[in-house]
Amino acid sequence: MSNLLFDEPGPRARRRIRIATIAGAVVVLGLVALAVRQFADNGQLTADRWQPYATWPMWRYLLGGLWSTVLAAVVSAALSMAGGLALALGRLSRRRWVRMPSAAYVEAVRTIPVLVLVYVVLFALPRYGLDLPLFWKLVVPLTVSNASLFAEVFRAGILSIERGQSEAGLAVGLTHGQTMRLIVLPQAARRVLPSIVSQSVGLLKDTSLGFVVSYAELLYSGKVLANYNGLLIQTYIVVALVYLVVNASLSKLARTLEARQPRRRTASA
Amino acid sequence: MSPLLDHLPEFWQGLIVTLQLTAASFAGAAVMGLVIAAMRVSPVPVLRGIGTAYVETLQNLPLLVLLVLAVFGLPEIGLQAGLQATATIVIALYEGAYIAEALRSGVNAVSSGQGEAARALGLNFSQSLRHVVLPQALRTVIQPIGNIFIALTMNTSLAAAVGVVELTAAANRVNLLEAQPIPIFVGAGLAYALIAACAGFVTGRLERRLAVVR
Repeated sequence: MSNLLFDEPGPRARRRIRIATIAGAVVVLGLVALAVRQFADNGQLTADRWQPYATWPMWRYLLGGLWSTVLAAVVSAALSMAGGLALALGRLSRRRWVRMPSAAYVEAVRTIPVLVLVYVVLFALPRYGLDLPLFWKLVVPLTVSNASLFAEVFRAGILSIERGQSEAGLAVGLTHGQTMRLIVLPQAARRVLPSIVSQSVGLLKDTSLGFVVSYAELLYSGKVLANYNGLLIQTYIVVALVYLVVNASLSKLARTLEARQPRRRTASA
Repeated sequence: MSPLLDHLPEFWQGLIVTLQLTAASFAGAAVMGLVIAAMRVSPVPVLRGIGTAYVETLQNLPLLVLLVLAVFGLPEIGLQAGLQATATIVIALYEGAYIAEALRSGVNAVSSGQGEAARALGLNFSQSLRHVVLPQALRTVIQPIGNIFIALTMNTSLAAAVGVVELTAAANRVNLLEAQPIPIFVGAGLAYALIAACAGFVTGRLERRLAVVR
């Protein structure tokens, strides 16, 4: 914790901290109480409205949805990482006719909502005779949009490798391609690993667009389940909790990887 | 080009709704982000905990899940507002977490001598935050906040998935009538790109004007 804004508290500051602690706790407890009352008043707290989520068949269905979510996320992550790497290398290329289109792609896709891409795949492509299976209707737009995000991550990683590394590679007689492949990329990959994991959290969140595509991932499964048993808020809360657990673990992993990165040598070293 | 021109009123209406969603939820997100960031740098452990829990929760949930929960779930417990208002609030809360993180990184980038100097002058926590630290922090995070603004604009399209008729939904409706997807979706995409370009231009100008020369 930085000590930018406060020193070790003295007696008066300690009293103020105590007051703020109590005030904060009261506000939070008040909000929780309000929420519980709202649930209770509308009869949403009764045991039989929550009990289904203590049974295995409900969870088996939702976990099936989670499996589809993971499948879509992994396939789309793999494809967009490949695309992103190609785009990053393209953007750093010495040839203008490679550099310009890559840069244009990255900049253009960043300013188009994923949902528009989903609608294009959903409603535009079939008109031109390209009716993809449901799974790819979700994966293709996600890949198209996330490739540009991964490209920026990779580009930043490659640019963060000290010039001396590629100069040394060229000096021992490697070609540009070899230097990139053998010297720069392996080091860059290690450096961007935390960003890749946190970018994958974003991708996993994007798979919830399966709701629009009606691909049976977690959120769409939740919708189907809610329509079947009529437990709307309970189902969506359970779905949200599942997303929260999965994504929070991934974010935690990203932070752990970040902390394990060797300290960069700075100017003083 | 004709499907675009024939349905200009629909597109215009959609664009207006998108701009309303963007402006209102960005304003809300800025306020929320400011409050949460202040909580996260405060000396009170409970407030720091609340701030951290807020950011962790909101950043790890898909926006669409939050929108679906708010639009279809909350009426079940007697909380119901207009569709657009609900979407605006949800997007504001969601992006507020991102703005809070950007602001916090800006606060951490302010050198500790500034805070010490503020305390030496006798300013208390909120005074030194308001008059000394935040003005400097804000200047370092103009670019990240501009990126959050662009992401927020893109995210307002998700409101279409829960029934708000904004630009994306308008484009989709026109397409269902006209069945000319290419010009219609390209038009919608260009409109979003234009908003993003404006945002990029403004943040660039702001950054050049406000940058602290160190």
